[in-house]
Amino acid sequence: MAGLTVAITKKDQAHRTPERVLVLEAGRAERHYWRDLWSYRELFAILAWRDIAIRYKQTVIGIAWALVRPLLTMLIFTVIFGRLAHLPSDGAVPYPVMVFAGMLPWMLFSTVLSEASNSLVSNANLISKVYFPRLIVPCASSVVALVEFAITFILLVLMMLWFGVLPDFRIVFLPLFIALAVLASLGPALYITALNVKYRDFRFIIPFIVQFGMYVSPVGFSSAVIPEKWRLLYRLNPVVGVIDGFRWCLLRGQSELYMPGLYLNLVVIAALLWLGMSYFRKTERTFADLI
Amino acid sequence: MENDVVIRSEGLGKRYMIGHQSASEPYVALRDVVVHKMHRLGRTAVDLVRGRPIVAGDELEEFWALKDVSFDIKRGEVTGVIGPNGAGKSTLLKILSRITEPSEGRVTINGRVASLLEVGTGFHPELTGRENIFLNGAILGMTKKEIKGRFDEIVAFAEIEKFLDTPVKRYSSGMYVRLAFAVAAHLEPEILIVDEVLAVGDAQFQKKCLGKMQDVSQQGRTVLIVSHNMAMIRSLCSRTIVLSAGSVASDGDVDDGIQQYLCDRDATATGILLEGRKDRQGNGRLRFTDVYVIGKSGVKNVLYMGEAAQIVVRFSAAEIVKTCDVSIHLENIWSDTILRLATRETTTPFYNLTGEGSITCTIPKLQLLPARYYVLIAASIPPAYEYLDYVSHAAVFEVLEDDVYGSGKIPEYGAFFTECEWRTGS
Repeated sequence: MAGLTVAITKKDQAHRTPERVLVLEAGRAERHYWRDLWSYRELFAILAWRDIAIRYKQTVIGIAWALVRPLLTMLIFTVIFGRLAHLPSDGAVPYPVMVFAGMLPWMLFSTVLSEASNSLVSNANLISKVYFPRLIVPCASSVVALVEFAITFILLVLMMLWFGVLPDFRIVFLPLFIALAVLASLGPALYITALNVKYRDFRFIIPFIVQFGMYVSPVGFSSAVIPEKWRLLYRLNPVVGVIDGFRWCLLRGQSELYMPGLYLNLVVIAALLWLGMSYFRKTERTFADLI
Repeated sequence: MENDVVIRSEGLGKRYMIGHQSASEPYVALRDVVVHKMHRLGRTAVDLVRGRPIVAGDELEEFWALKDVSFDIKRGEVTGVIGPNGAGKSTLLKILSRITEPSEGRVTINGRVASLLEVGTGFHPELTGRENIFLNGAILGMTKKEIKGRFDEIVAFAEIEKFLDTPVKRYSSGMYVRLAFAVAAHLEPEILIVDEVLAVGDAQFQKKCLGKMQDVSQQGRTVLIVSHNMAMIRSLCSRTIVLSAGSVASDGDVDDGIQQYLCDRDATATGILLEGRKDRQGNGRLRFTDVYVIGKSGVKNVLYMGEAAQIVVRFSAAEIVKTCDVSIHLENIWSDTILRLATRETTTPFYNLTGEGSITCTIPKLQLLPARYYVLIAASIPPAYEYLDYVSHAAVFEVLEDDVYGSGKIPEYGAFFTECEWRTGS
């Protein structure tokens, strides 16, 4: 018996089973939640890869769709806000570049939000047939948004070269703001995707949030347009800080970074993330019963 | 926990809330419909605020899919979980594979579990066969290294070499199922949980899968199988747990378990005792009160191929029936008579039957092929053969597979088997 036990323990280590004895009970909180999550990283990678691989299958222009959408939106915004409404740009930055620098984080935010929010329901067959930490699904689906972001980023680089706007040292902070955009989106997304399992109403709410959010957030205009007295209040929208941060990093600080606003943004993002995570963890054990 | 117990379930229960449409009168007037809808909307709003799931219907009911289920499974045991539909088999497997949480009780699992509740979970139609092998493997819990190591084996098993780089949406359904099963068959966990997945593909592929499962069970791995295929349970398992209405009806020997299950199922299928049946003909001077077929094991209505069988008919007659002929038809599921045994052809009639009694027909060797059979029973008075009583589907019995030829193969075609000798001549 002793020999057998040793053999199995070795095999277990090979599979990185986090816990040898597993106890399943009503309401038992997962004790090794994060370790369990880590041991499923390969599944995370393969689900992310799947989402990317199937996104543009059987389309004619394929990945170019990732470019067409932001490009057209940028053109429309430039015409409406820049030419017709005569809103000012930040410093000496050409209006299209400013819009596009704000469009990138917005696209990242909204794609993560809509992909992750629908992720559990669209993977219902997996949820009801196999076990894995459910958090993997919304997280893996947000990788798609990051890949699209990378592609659109190339377009921004070309545009900046064309208009002769070159970034300075501030660009080193850009990865921080990319991470912030994903986190800002993941908080509400986790909350909504968990709710979506129970109440499919949220499937209809998401497109509305995304559409509405694009006009509420400073995508087509600079946040400097907002009157002084509303400034801090406006920062309750977590995307504002992210967009301002992007412009600040990319456009040589010609867009001002309003620090109290950024701190408020960080607090809001952290709160949303905590809320989303805790609701997700509270409900994830019942997903298979409800989906 | 003792060292060799790998799964221990203690007082396991799972509760679901189900909704009913109330039995009261249907809503006719528009006003009633509106009031009703508003009422429902109000309730769903309350549910939403309290974070409860929305349940259709106006009346809620608790439903226990599993209740107080306890068992221990030792390392290396191959256990079959059987039971009629809705007995809670799949719920049990879902709890054991961590998909859903028990409502009460606890399970302790000691080892790496892989569960196979569906063939081809997560297969994506747009991806190629090659890509789907990796995707499905990862979903089932294999590491990339493990999948790579077994890739060629999987492809060979599925026999899809040529179509490896074709999207699976272009596959025939047979190819799809073969590929899906091939991935699953190459899982190598310590504990394998399988739900009725072998009932796929053509007969030939099913045999291949069964062979693979047999290999798995012989490697000393702990396996838990749900199946309705009794022959498979019998050939693979060393133990059965019979579930009935959410609790354990029996646990132990495979043959006992299978018989228990088949008895349960027929009790629920026929539902009414023969005595209370109204769909009968005849003048009623003699009534059949019970009919069953019994073999060596003594369990009613379950026999193995080639066993000695007794068909026992119990009757009651209020007044003396002077002469009575009895005939018994054995019918297959399509109601074709396979065999008729009648006193008028084989022996003399019965004389002077009265009160309660029984008639037994003994068959030294019942050479029917494994299947389900129905008993039609009739009693009549010669010479005009006026019916005293006549009941079709009076009993149902099951003939189970047995290696009657000693060849390891079960005869498949026809209705009967019989001993035979083969020789060649010039």
